Amino acid sequence: MTDFAGNQYIIEIVYLIASALFILSLKWMSSPSTARRGVWAGEIGMVLAIAGTLLHHGIVDYKWIVIALVLGTGIGIPLGRVQMTAVPQRTALSHAFGALCVTLVGTAEFYLRSPNVPRFMMAVLAMEVILGSLTFTGSLMAAGKLQEILPQRPLTYKGQNFVNLGLLAVAVAIAIYLVQHPEGRQLFPFMIGIPMLFGVLMVVPIGGADMPTVISLLNSYAGLSAAAMGFVLDSKLLIIAGALDGSSGFILSVIMSKAMNRSFTNVLFGAFGQVQTSAAAGTEAKAVHSATAEEAAAILAAANHVVVVPGYGMAVAQAQHKVRELYDSLTKRGVTVRFAIHPVAGRMPGHMNVLLAEADIPYDKLLDMEDINGDFPQTDVALVIGANDVTNPAARSDTASPIYGMPILDVDKARTVMVIKRGMSPGFAGIDNPLYYLDRTLMLFGDAKAFVNDIVRELGAGGRS
Amino acid sequence: MGSNLIDALFIFMLAAFIGFEVIRRISPLLHTPLMSLTNALDAIAVLGAIVLVGEHKSTFSAVLGVIAVVAATSNVVGGFLITDRMLKMFKSSRPTKP
Repeated sequence: MTDFAGNQYIIEIVYLIASALFILSLKWMSSPSTARRGVWAGEIGMVLAIAGTLLHHGIVDYKWIVIALVLGTGIGIPLGRVQMTAVPQRTALSHAFGALCVTLVGTAEFYLRSPNVPRFMMAVLAMEVILGSLTFTGSLMAAGKLQEILPQRPLTYKGQNFVNLGLLAVAVAIAIYLVQHPEGRQLFPFMIGIPMLFGVLMVVPIGGADMPTVISLLNSYAGLSAAAMGFVLDSKLLIIAGALDGSSGFILSVIMSKAMNRSFTNVLFGAFGQVQTSAAAGTEAKAVHSATAEEAAAILAAANHVVVVPGYGMAVAQAQHKVRELYDSLTKRGVTVRFAIHPVAGRMPGHMNVLLAEADIPYDKLLDMEDINGDFPQTDVALVIGANDVTNPAARSDTASPIYGMPILDVDKARTVMVIKRGMSPGFAGIDNPLYYLDRTLMLFGDAKAFVNDIVRELGAGGRS
Repeated sequence: MGSNLIDALFIFMLAAFIGFEVIRRISPLLHTPLMSLTNALDAIAVLGAIVLVGEHKSTFSAVLGVIAVVAATSNVVGGFLITDRMLKMFKSSRPTKP
Protein backbone atom coordinates (compact mmCIF):
# COMPACT_ATOMS: atom_id res chain seq x y z
CA MET A 1 0.00 0.00 0.00
CA THR A 2 2.79 2.42 0.88
CA ASP A 3 4.45 1.47 -2.36
CA PHE A 4 1.39 2.49 -4.36
CA ALA A 5 1.08 5.77 -2.47
CA GLY A 6 4.73 6.55 -3.14
CA ASN A 7 4.30 5.80 -6.82
CA GLN A 8 1.27 8.01 -6.92
CA TYR A 9 3.28 10.90 -5.51
CA ILE A 10 6.01 10.42 -8.09
CA ILE A 11 3.45 10.39 -10.87
CA GLU A 12 1.82 13.59 -9.62
CA ILE A 13 5.19 15.36 -9.31
CA VAL A 14 6.08 14.27 -12.84
CA TYR A 15 2.76 15.68 -14.08
CA LEU A 16 3.47 18.92 -12.23
CA ILE A 17 6.82 19.27 -13.98
CA ALA A 18 5.22 18.41 -17.32
CA SER A 19 2.57 21.12 -16.79
CA ALA A 20 5.27 23.71 -16.09
CA LEU A 21 7.18 22.61 -19.19
CA PHE A 22 4.05 22.94 -21.34
CA ILE A 23 3.51 26.51 -20.18
CA LEU A 24 7.18 27.35 -20.75
CA SER A 25 6.94 25.73 -24.15
CA LEU A 26 4.22 28.17 -25.19
CA LYS A 27 5.98 31.08 -23.53
CA TRP A 28 9.13 30.40 -25.55
CA MET A 29 7.07 30.33 -28.74
CA SER A 30 6.72 34.12 -28.45
CA SER A 31 9.96 34.74 -30.32
CA PRO A 32 11.57 32.90 -33.24
CA SER A 33 14.90 32.92 -31.39
CA THR A 34 13.56 30.90 -28.44
CA ALA A 35 10.81 28.97 -30.21
CA ARG A 36 12.84 25.84 -30.83
CA ARG A 37 13.63 25.69 -27.13
CA GLY A 38 9.86 25.72 -26.68
CA VAL A 39 9.53 22.58 -28.79
CA TRP A 40 12.19 20.88 -26.66
CA ALA A 41 10.37 21.82 -23.46
CA GLY A 42 7.15 20.41 -24.89
CA GLU A 43 8.85 17.20 -25.94
CA ILE A 44 10.50 16.66 -22.55
CA GLY A 45 7.20 17.38 -20.81
CA MET A 46 5.43 14.88 -23.03
CA VAL A 47 8.00 12.11 -22.55
CA LEU A 48 7.98 12.65 -18.78
CA ALA A 49 4.19 12.55 -18.66
CA ILE A 50 3.98 9.35 -20.71
CA ALA A 51 6.74 7.70 -18.65
CA GLY A 52 4.98 8.76 -15.45
CA THR A 53 1.70 7.30 -16.65
CA LEU A 54 3.33 3.95 -17.35
CA LEU A 55 4.08 3.76 -13.59
CA HIS A 56 0.34 3.94 -12.90
CA HIS A 57 -0.54 1.17 -10.45
CA GLY A 58 -3.57 -0.10 -12.35
CA ILE A 59 -1.71 -0.90 -15.53
CA VAL A 60 -1.46 -4.62 -16.09
CA ASP A 61 -1.12 -4.86 -19.85
CA TYR A 62 1.92 -3.21 -21.42
CA LYS A 63 1.99 -5.15 -24.65
CA TRP A 64 -0.85 -3.30 -26.36
CA ILE A 65 0.35 0.06 -25.06
CA VAL A 66 3.69 -0.51 -26.74
CA ILE A 67 2.09 -1.73 -29.96
CA ALA A 68 -0.19 1.31 -30.08
CA LEU A 69 2.65 3.72 -29.30
CA VAL A 70 4.78 2.21 -32.06
CA LEU A 71 1.90 2.29 -34.56
CA GLY A 72 1.12 5.90 -33.67
CA THR A 73 4.75 6.86 -34.11
CA GLY A 74 4.73 5.13 -37.49
CA ILE A 75 1.79 7.27 -38.60
CA GLY A 76 3.13 10.40 -36.93
CA ILE A 77 6.51 10.48 -38.65
CA PRO A 78 5.18 10.82 -42.22
CA LEU A 79 2.63 13.36 -40.93
CA GLY A 80 5.51 15.37 -39.55
CA ARG A 81 7.31 15.28 -42.88
CA VAL A 82 4.63 16.62 -45.22
CA GLN A 83 5.31 19.46 -47.65
CA MET A 84 4.96 22.93 -46.19
CA THR A 85 2.13 23.69 -48.62
CA ALA A 86 0.21 20.77 -47.12
CA VAL A 87 0.46 22.09 -43.58
CA PRO A 88 -3.14 23.39 -43.38
CA GLN A 89 -4.67 20.01 -44.22
CA ARG A 90 -2.17 18.23 -41.97
CA THR A 91 -3.22 20.51 -39.12
CA ALA A 92 -6.89 19.85 -39.77
CA LEU A 93 -6.18 16.12 -39.84
CA SER A 94 -4.35 16.26 -36.53
CA HIS A 95 -7.29 18.09 -34.96
CA ALA A 96 -9.39 15.17 -36.16
CA PHE A 97 -7.01 12.63 -34.59
CA GLY A 98 -6.93 14.52 -31.30
CA ALA A 99 -10.70 14.68 -31.22
CA LEU A 100 -10.96 11.00 -32.13
CA CYS A 101 -8.77 10.06 -29.17
CA VAL A 102 -10.85 12.16 -26.79
CA THR A 103 -14.15 10.79 -28.11
CA LEU A 104 -13.03 7.16 -27.89
CA VAL A 105 -11.74 7.55 -24.35
CA GLY A 106 -14.95 9.32 -23.35
CA THR A 107 -17.03 6.52 -24.84
CA ALA A 108 -15.04 3.81 -23.10
CA GLU A 109 -15.25 5.65 -19.78
CA PHE A 110 -19.01 5.95 -20.09
CA TYR A 111 -19.57 2.27 -20.71
CA LEU A 112 -17.15 1.31 -17.93
CA ARG A 113 -18.85 3.56 -15.38
CA SER A 114 -22.51 3.54 -16.43
CA PRO A 115 -24.90 3.47 -14.62
CA ASN A 116 -22.84 4.86 -11.72
CA VAL A 117 -22.01 8.20 -13.28
CA PRO A 118 -22.40 11.24 -11.02
CA ARG A 119 -24.32 14.10 -12.60
CA PHE A 120 -21.44 16.49 -12.95
CA MET A 121 -19.22 13.84 -14.44
CA MET A 122 -21.92 12.87 -16.92
CA ALA A 123 -22.25 16.52 -17.93
CA VAL A 124 -18.53 16.95 -18.67
CA LEU A 125 -18.44 13.53 -20.28
CA ALA A 126 -21.26 14.61 -22.57
CA MET A 127 -19.42 17.83 -23.38
CA GLU A 128 -16.25 15.88 -24.09
CA VAL A 129 -17.98 13.47 -26.42
CA ILE A 130 -20.13 16.06 -28.23
CA LEU A 131 -17.23 18.45 -28.83
CA GLY A 132 -14.91 15.58 -29.68
CA SER A 133 -17.14 13.94 -32.24
CA LEU A 134 -18.14 17.14 -34.01
CA THR A 135 -14.51 18.23 -34.12
CA PHE A 136 -13.56 14.83 -35.52
CA THR A 137 -15.84 14.92 -38.55
CA GLY A 138 -15.64 18.70 -38.95
CA SER A 139 -11.84 18.54 -39.11
CA LEU A 140 -11.93 15.63 -41.53
CA MET A 141 -14.19 17.69 -43.79
CA ALA A 142 -11.88 20.69 -43.48
CA ALA A 143 -8.88 18.52 -44.32
CA GLY A 144 -10.75 17.08 -47.30
CA LYS A 145 -11.58 20.54 -48.59
CA LEU A 146 -8.02 21.76 -48.12
CA GLN A 147 -6.62 18.68 -49.85
CA GLU A 148 -9.20 19.32 -52.60
CA ILE A 149 -10.67 15.85 -52.26
CA LEU A 150 -13.92 17.65 -51.47
CA PRO A 151 -15.22 20.71 -53.32
CA GLN A 152 -13.83 23.94 -51.87
CA ARG A 153 -16.92 25.94 -52.82
CA PRO A 154 -19.39 26.47 -50.02
CA LEU A 155 -22.36 24.15 -50.41
CA THR A 156 -25.52 25.81 -49.20
CA TYR A 157 -29.19 24.95 -49.20
CA LYS A 158 -32.29 26.47 -47.76
CA GLY A 159 -32.92 25.94 -44.07
CA GLN A 160 -29.33 24.83 -43.52
CA ASN A 161 -28.87 26.71 -40.27
CA PHE A 162 -32.19 25.45 -38.99
CA VAL A 163 -31.18 21.84 -39.65
CA ASN A 164 -27.74 22.32 -38.08
CA LEU A 165 -28.96 24.03 -34.94
CA GLY A 166 -31.75 21.49 -34.66
CA LEU A 167 -29.24 18.64 -34.71
CA LEU A 168 -27.12 20.30 -32.06
CA ALA A 169 -30.19 20.89 -29.91
CA VAL A 170 -31.10 17.19 -30.14
CA ALA A 171 -27.59 16.20 -29.08
CA VAL A 172 -27.73 18.57 -26.11
CA ALA A 173 -31.18 17.26 -25.16
CA ILE A 174 -29.82 13.69 -25.13
CA ALA A 175 -26.93 14.89 -22.99
CA ILE A 176 -29.32 16.47 -20.50
CA TYR A 177 -31.40 13.29 -20.37
CA LEU A 178 -28.29 11.20 -19.76
CA VAL A 179 -27.18 13.49 -16.93
CA GLN A 180 -30.43 12.64 -15.19
CA HIS A 181 -30.56 9.00 -16.30
CA PRO A 182 -26.99 7.78 -16.76
CA GLU A 183 -28.28 4.23 -17.15
CA GLY A 184 -29.65 5.06 -20.60
CA ARG A 185 -26.78 3.33 -22.36
CA GLN A 186 -28.67 2.87 -25.61
CA LEU A 187 -28.88 6.66 -26.05
CA PHE A 188 -25.13 7.21 -25.84
CA PRO A 189 -24.35 6.28 -29.47
CA PHE A 190 -26.73 9.02 -30.60
CA MET A 191 -24.78 11.53 -28.57
CA ILE A 192 -21.80 10.63 -30.76
CA GLY A 193 -23.55 10.13 -34.08
CA ILE A 194 -25.60 13.32 -34.12
CA PRO A 195 -22.66 15.66 -33.37
CA MET A 196 -20.66 13.78 -36.01
CA LEU A 197 -23.33 14.61 -38.56
CA PHE A 198 -23.40 18.17 -37.24
CA GLY A 199 -19.63 18.44 -37.73
CA VAL A 200 -19.97 17.47 -41.39
CA LEU A 201 -22.86 19.84 -42.02
CA MET A 202 -21.12 22.66 -40.16
CA VAL A 203 -18.07 22.62 -42.46
CA VAL A 204 -19.84 21.85 -45.75
CA PRO A 205 -21.06 25.45 -46.27
CA ILE A 206 -17.69 26.97 -45.43
CA GLY A 207 -15.47 28.12 -48.27
CA GLY A 208 -11.71 28.04 -48.56
CA ALA A 209 -11.25 31.71 -47.66
CA ASP A 210 -12.88 31.10 -44.27
CA MET A 211 -10.65 28.13 -43.48
CA PRO A 212 -8.27 30.07 -41.19
CA THR A 213 -11.15 30.85 -38.84
CA VAL A 214 -12.62 27.38 -39.01
CA ILE A 215 -9.32 25.62 -38.35
CA SER A 216 -8.72 27.88 -35.36
CA LEU A 217 -12.20 27.23 -34.05
CA LEU A 218 -11.79 23.46 -34.43
CA ASN A 219 -8.46 23.80 -32.64
CA SER A 220 -10.27 25.45 -29.77
CA TYR A 221 -12.94 22.73 -29.66
CA ALA A 222 -10.27 20.02 -29.64
CA GLY A 223 -8.63 21.72 -26.67
CA LEU A 224 -11.87 22.14 -24.77
CA SER A 225 -12.86 18.53 -25.30
CA ALA A 226 -9.46 17.44 -23.95
CA ALA A 227 -9.96 19.68 -20.92
CA ALA A 228 -13.38 18.10 -20.36
CA MET A 229 -11.68 14.72 -20.53
CA GLY A 230 -9.33 15.99 -17.81
CA PHE A 231 -12.36 16.66 -15.59
CA VAL A 232 -13.71 13.16 -16.22
CA LEU A 233 -10.39 11.46 -15.47
CA ASP A 234 -9.53 13.93 -12.70
CA SER A 235 -6.22 14.67 -14.43
CA LYS A 236 -4.89 18.15 -13.73
CA LEU A 237 -2.26 17.90 -16.45
CA LEU A 238 -4.94 17.17 -19.03
CA ILE A 239 -7.08 20.07 -17.81
CA ILE A 240 -4.11 22.41 -18.12
CA ALA A 241 -3.04 21.21 -21.57
CA GLY A 242 -6.63 21.32 -22.78
CA ALA A 243 -7.16 24.83 -21.40
CA LEU A 244 -3.96 26.04 -23.06
CA ASP A 245 -4.93 24.54 -26.41
CA GLY A 246 -8.49 25.77 -26.08
CA SER A 247 -7.44 29.33 -25.34
CA SER A 248 -4.86 29.27 -28.11
CA GLY A 249 -7.46 28.19 -30.65
CA PHE A 250 -9.89 30.75 -29.29
CA ILE A 251 -7.42 33.63 -29.55
CA LEU A 252 -6.53 32.63 -33.10
CA SER A 253 -10.19 32.43 -34.09
CA VAL A 254 -10.80 35.89 -32.66
CA ILE A 255 -7.81 37.30 -34.56
CA MET A 256 -8.95 35.61 -37.77
CA SER A 257 -12.54 36.75 -37.57
CA LYS A 258 -11.45 40.29 -36.68
CA ALA A 259 -9.18 40.26 -39.71
CA MET A 260 -12.23 39.47 -41.81
CA ASN A 261 -14.48 41.84 -39.91
CA ARG A 262 -16.90 39.03 -39.24
CA SER A 263 -18.23 37.41 -36.12
CA PHE A 264 -17.91 33.69 -35.35
CA THR A 265 -21.59 33.19 -35.96
CA ASN A 266 -21.24 34.92 -39.29
CA VAL A 267 -18.44 32.59 -40.35
CA LEU A 268 -20.29 29.50 -39.17
CA PHE A 269 -23.80 30.38 -40.21
CA GLY A 270 -23.53 32.88 -43.03
CA ALA A 271 -21.83 31.28 -45.99
CA PHE A 272 -19.91 33.85 -48.01
CA GLY A 273 -21.11 32.59 -51.36
CA GLN A 274 -24.63 33.93 -50.99
CA VAL A 275 -23.78 37.62 -51.44
CA GLN A 276 -21.72 37.28 -54.55
CA THR A 277 -24.46 37.54 -57.16
CA SER A 278 -25.55 41.02 -56.09
CA ALA A 279 -21.97 42.24 -55.89
CA ALA A 280 -20.99 40.89 -59.29
CA ALA A 281 -24.07 42.29 -61.02
CA GLY A 282 -22.90 45.91 -60.93
CA THR A 283 -19.64 45.35 -62.73
CA GLU A 284 -19.14 45.81 -66.43
CA ALA A 285 -16.05 45.35 -68.49
CA LYS A 286 -13.74 48.12 -67.37
CA ALA A 287 -10.36 48.97 -68.81
CA VAL A 288 -7.29 47.57 -67.12
CA HIS A 289 -3.65 48.23 -67.84
CA SER A 290 -1.58 45.16 -68.37
CA ALA A 291 2.16 44.81 -68.61
CA THR A 292 4.72 42.25 -69.71
CA ALA A 293 7.41 40.71 -67.55
CA GLU A 294 9.97 42.95 -69.24
CA GLU A 295 8.10 46.14 -68.33
CA ALA A 296 7.49 44.90 -64.81
CA ALA A 297 11.17 44.09 -64.37
CA ALA A 298 12.18 47.58 -65.55
CA ILE A 299 9.84 49.25 -63.05
CA LEU A 300 10.97 46.99 -60.20
CA ALA A 301 14.64 47.60 -60.99
CA ALA A 302 14.09 51.36 -60.84
CA ALA A 303 12.28 51.20 -57.49
CA ASN A 304 13.73 51.86 -54.04
CA HIS A 305 11.06 50.28 -51.89
CA VAL A 306 9.11 47.24 -52.95
CA VAL A 307 6.47 45.49 -50.86
CA VAL A 308 5.38 42.03 -51.91
CA VAL A 309 1.87 40.96 -50.89
CA PRO A 310 1.55 37.18 -51.06
CA GLY A 311 -1.75 35.33 -50.93
CA TYR A 312 -3.14 31.85 -51.32
CA GLY A 313 -2.48 32.04 -55.07
CA MET A 314 1.23 32.04 -54.33
CA ALA A 315 0.85 28.85 -52.32
CA VAL A 316 -1.23 27.18 -55.03
CA ALA A 317 1.32 28.06 -57.72
CA GLN A 318 4.17 26.96 -55.40
CA ALA A 319 5.79 30.25 -56.33
CA GLN A 320 7.53 30.93 -53.00
CA HIS A 321 10.96 29.81 -54.19
CA LYS A 322 10.73 31.95 -57.32
CA VAL A 323 9.68 34.85 -55.09
CA ARG A 324 12.84 34.25 -53.13
CA GLU A 325 14.88 34.55 -56.36
CA LEU A 326 13.12 37.82 -57.11
CA TYR A 327 13.88 38.99 -53.57
CA ASP A 328 17.57 38.12 -54.01
CA SER A 329 17.80 39.72 -57.40
CA LEU A 330 16.20 42.98 -56.26
CA THR A 331 18.10 43.10 -52.97
CA LYS A 332 21.35 42.74 -54.91
CA ARG A 333 20.40 45.84 -56.88
CA GLY A 334 19.92 47.78 -53.66
CA VAL A 335 16.13 47.64 -53.68
CA THR A 336 14.52 47.26 -50.25
CA VAL A 337 12.09 44.37 -50.46
CA ARG A 338 9.64 43.57 -47.69
CA PHE A 339 6.60 41.35 -47.41
CA ALA A 340 3.17 42.38 -46.17
CA ILE A 341 1.25 39.53 -44.57
CA HIS A 342 -2.47 39.82 -43.99
CA PRO A 343 -3.66 37.74 -41.02
CA VAL A 344 -6.01 35.68 -43.17
CA ALA A 345 -3.75 35.31 -46.21
CA GLY A 346 -3.66 31.62 -47.05
CA ARG A 347 -5.62 28.82 -45.51
CA MET A 348 -4.54 28.89 -41.88
CA PRO A 349 -3.09 31.43 -39.41
CA GLY A 350 0.53 32.19 -40.30
CA HIS A 351 0.42 30.12 -43.50
CA MET A 352 2.30 32.68 -45.67
CA ASN A 353 5.04 33.19 -43.09
CA VAL A 354 5.84 29.49 -43.07
CA LEU A 355 5.95 29.25 -46.86
CA LEU A 356 8.22 32.27 -47.18
CA ALA A 357 10.44 31.08 -44.35
CA GLU A 358 10.68 27.75 -46.15
CA ALA A 359 11.97 29.66 -49.18
CA ASP A 360 14.67 31.15 -46.91
CA ILE A 361 13.31 34.65 -46.80
CA PRO A 362 14.46 36.20 -43.49
CA TYR A 363 11.58 36.52 -41.05
CA ASP A 364 12.34 40.14 -40.18
CA LYS A 365 11.29 41.02 -43.74
CA LEU A 366 7.82 39.57 -43.11
CA LEU A 367 5.60 42.30 -41.68
CA ASP A 368 2.11 42.21 -40.22
CA MET A 369 -0.66 44.34 -41.60
CA GLU A 370 -0.49 46.97 -38.83
CA ASP A 371 3.27 47.32 -39.15
CA ILE A 372 3.38 47.84 -42.89
CA ASN A 373 0.16 49.64 -43.75
CA GLY A 374 1.59 53.06 -42.86
CA ASP A 375 4.49 52.48 -45.27
CA PHE A 376 2.51 51.98 -48.47
CA PRO A 377 2.42 55.70 -49.41
CA GLN A 378 6.26 55.63 -49.44
CA THR A 379 6.36 52.40 -51.39
CA ASP A 380 7.36 52.54 -55.04
CA VAL A 381 5.92 49.21 -56.06
CA ALA A 382 3.43 46.97 -54.31
CA LEU A 383 3.60 43.55 -55.96
CA VAL A 384 0.51 41.47 -55.25
CA ILE A 385 1.00 37.76 -55.86
CA GLY A 386 -2.10 35.63 -55.67
CA ALA A 387 -3.87 37.79 -53.10
CA ASN A 388 -7.20 39.40 -53.86
CA ASP A 389 -9.77 40.21 -51.21
CA VAL A 390 -7.18 41.28 -48.63
CA THR A 391 -6.10 44.10 -50.99
CA ASN A 392 -9.58 45.17 -52.08
CA PRO A 393 -10.03 48.92 -51.43
CA ALA A 394 -13.81 48.42 -51.60
CA ALA A 395 -13.48 47.13 -48.03
CA ARG A 396 -12.59 50.69 -46.98
CA SER A 397 -14.99 52.71 -49.09
CA ASP A 398 -17.88 50.73 -50.55
CA THR A 399 -20.52 50.17 -47.89
CA ALA A 400 -22.41 47.88 -50.24
CA SER A 401 -19.49 45.51 -50.58
CA PRO A 402 -19.81 42.24 -48.70
CA ILE A 403 -16.31 42.71 -47.34
CA TYR A 404 -16.91 46.33 -46.26
CA GLY A 405 -15.12 47.03 -42.99
CA MET A 406 -12.61 44.22 -43.33
CA PRO A 407 -9.11 45.52 -42.56
CA ILE A 408 -7.04 45.39 -45.74
CA LEU A 409 -3.50 46.01 -46.88
CA ASP A 410 -3.50 49.51 -48.38
CA VAL A 411 -1.63 48.53 -51.54
CA ASP A 412 -3.61 51.07 -53.57
CA LYS A 413 -1.65 53.82 -51.79
CA ALA A 414 1.64 52.67 -53.30
CA ARG A 415 2.98 54.60 -56.31
CA THR A 416 2.65 51.61 -58.59
CA VAL A 417 0.67 48.47 -57.95
CA MET A 418 1.39 45.25 -59.81
CA VAL A 419 -0.98 42.34 -59.57
CA ILE A 420 0.02 38.90 -60.79
CA LYS A 421 -3.16 37.06 -61.60
CA ARG A 422 -4.28 34.29 -63.90
CA GLY A 423 -7.11 36.28 -65.41
CA MET A 424 -9.78 38.81 -64.58
CA SER A 425 -12.04 36.37 -62.77
CA PRO A 426 -12.91 37.62 -59.29
CA GLY A 427 -11.37 35.96 -56.25
CA PHE A 428 -12.73 33.19 -54.15
CA ALA A 429 -15.41 35.28 -52.51
CA GLY A 430 -16.58 36.34 -55.95
CA ILE A 431 -16.15 40.03 -55.17
CA ASP A 432 -14.88 42.41 -57.84
CA ASN A 433 -11.72 44.31 -56.92
CA PRO A 434 -11.62 48.03 -57.92
CA LEU A 435 -7.87 47.93 -57.34
CA TYR A 436 -7.46 46.38 -60.77
CA TYR A 437 -8.98 49.36 -62.59
CA LEU A 438 -6.78 52.04 -61.02
CA ASP A 439 -4.48 53.99 -63.33
CA ARG A 440 -1.50 53.11 -61.20
CA THR A 441 -2.26 49.41 -61.33
CA LEU A 442 -0.57 47.09 -63.80
CA MET A 443 -2.06 43.68 -64.28
CA LEU A 444 0.47 40.94 -64.91
CA PHE A 445 -1.53 38.09 -66.37
CA GLY A 446 -0.14 34.61 -65.97
CA ASP A 447 0.75 31.83 -63.59
CA ALA A 448 2.40 33.28 -60.47
CA LYS A 449 5.41 30.98 -60.59
CA ALA A 450 6.04 31.39 -64.32
CA PHE A 451 5.57 35.15 -64.25
CA VAL A 452 7.87 35.74 -61.30
CA ASN A 453 10.40 33.54 -63.06
CA ASP A 454 10.13 35.72 -66.19
CA ILE A 455 10.66 38.88 -64.15
CA VAL A 456 13.72 37.36 -62.50
CA ARG A 457 15.11 36.41 -65.92
CA GLU A 458 14.50 39.92 -67.27
CA LEU A 459 16.19 41.42 -64.23
CA GLY A 460 19.16 39.15 -64.77
CA ALA A 461 19.36 40.07 -68.48
CA GLY A 462 19.08 43.78 -67.69
CA GLY A 463 21.90 43.50 -65.16
CA ARG A 464 24.32 42.00 -67.68
CA SER A 465 23.79 44.45 -70.52
CA MET B 1 -15.83 14.51 -5.64
CA GLY B 2 -17.23 17.91 -4.63
CA SER B 3 -13.93 19.50 -3.60
CA ASN B 4 -12.12 17.76 -6.47
CA LEU B 5 -14.53 19.32 -8.91
CA ILE B 6 -13.97 22.78 -7.48
CA ASP B 7 -10.20 22.26 -7.55
CA ALA B 8 -10.41 21.18 -11.15
CA LEU B 9 -12.47 24.23 -12.09
CA PHE B 10 -9.91 26.49 -10.42
CA ILE B 11 -7.11 24.81 -12.33
CA PHE B 12 -9.00 25.15 -15.59
CA MET B 13 -9.68 28.83 -14.96
CA LEU B 14 -6.06 29.61 -14.06
CA ALA B 15 -4.66 27.64 -17.00
CA ALA B 16 -7.04 29.37 -19.40
CA PHE B 17 -5.87 32.77 -18.15
CA ILE B 18 -2.22 31.79 -18.44
CA GLY B 19 -2.96 30.52 -21.93
CA PHE B 20 -4.57 33.81 -22.93
CA GLU B 21 -1.75 35.92 -21.54
CA VAL B 22 1.05 33.79 -22.99
CA ILE B 23 -0.51 33.22 -26.40
CA ARG B 24 -1.60 36.83 -26.89
CA ARG B 25 2.10 37.73 -27.00
CA ILE B 26 2.94 35.33 -29.80
CA SER B 27 3.58 37.14 -33.07
CA PRO B 28 1.42 36.25 -36.08
CA LEU B 29 4.70 35.22 -37.68
CA LEU B 30 4.60 32.01 -35.67
CA HIS B 31 0.88 31.25 -35.67
CA THR B 32 1.21 28.13 -37.82
CA PRO B 33 3.92 26.52 -35.66
CA LEU B 34 1.95 27.63 -32.59
CA MET B 35 -1.04 25.68 -33.82
CA SER B 36 0.96 22.56 -34.54
CA LEU B 37 2.69 22.83 -31.16
CA THR B 38 -0.53 23.20 -29.17
CA ASN B 39 -1.82 20.29 -31.18
CA ALA B 40 1.08 18.15 -30.03
CA LEU B 41 0.66 19.30 -26.42
CA ASP B 42 -3.07 18.64 -26.58
CA ALA B 43 -2.29 15.07 -27.55
CA ILE B 44 -1.44 14.64 -23.86
CA ALA B 45 -4.89 13.05 -23.97
CA VAL B 46 -2.84 9.97 -24.83
CA LEU B 47 -2.38 9.51 -21.05
CA GLY B 48 -6.05 8.73 -20.57
CA ALA B 49 -5.94 6.32 -23.46
CA ILE B 50 -2.81 4.59 -22.14
CA VAL B 51 -4.45 3.96 -18.79
CA LEU B 52 -7.53 2.66 -20.57
CA VAL B 53 -5.46 0.14 -22.54
CA GLY B 54 -3.27 -0.77 -19.59
CA GLU B 55 -6.09 -1.40 -17.14
CA HIS B 56 -7.82 -3.63 -19.67
CA LYS B 57 -11.14 -3.51 -17.83
CA SER B 58 -13.05 -4.79 -20.86
CA THR B 59 -12.19 -5.78 -24.41
CA PHE B 60 -14.35 -2.93 -25.69
CA SER B 61 -12.52 -0.29 -23.66
CA ALA B 62 -9.13 -1.76 -24.53
CA VAL B 63 -9.88 -1.72 -28.27
CA LEU B 64 -11.09 1.89 -28.16
CA GLY B 65 -8.06 2.71 -26.06
CA VAL B 66 -5.62 1.22 -28.56
CA ILE B 67 -7.13 3.27 -31.42
CA ALA B 68 -7.05 6.35 -29.19
CA VAL B 69 -3.39 5.81 -28.29
CA VAL B 70 -2.49 5.40 -31.97
CA ALA B 71 -4.34 8.60 -32.94
CA ALA B 72 -2.89 10.67 -30.12
CA THR B 73 0.66 9.35 -30.51
CA SER B 74 0.63 10.23 -34.18
CA ASN B 75 -0.25 13.79 -33.12
CA VAL B 76 2.51 13.90 -30.54
CA VAL B 77 5.19 12.66 -32.93
CA GLY B 78 3.94 14.43 -36.04
CA GLY B 79 3.15 17.65 -34.19
CA PHE B 80 6.55 18.07 -32.58
CA LEU B 81 8.36 17.00 -35.76
CA ILE B 82 6.65 19.47 -38.03
CA THR B 83 6.81 22.31 -35.51
CA ASP B 84 10.55 21.90 -35.21
CA ARG B 85 10.93 21.64 -38.98
CA MET B 86 9.01 24.88 -39.45
CA LEU B 87 10.90 26.73 -36.75
CA LYS B 88 14.22 25.67 -38.22
CA MET B 89 13.28 27.55 -41.38
CA PHE B 90 12.73 30.89 -39.66
CA LYS B 91 15.99 32.76 -40.09
CA SER B 92 16.76 36.40 -39.48
CA SER B 93 18.72 38.55 -41.90
CA ARG B 94 20.44 40.20 -38.95
CA PRO B 95 23.12 38.32 -37.03
CA THR B 96 21.34 36.52 -34.20
CA LYS B 97 24.05 36.80 -31.55
CA PRO B 98 24.81 40.31 -30.27
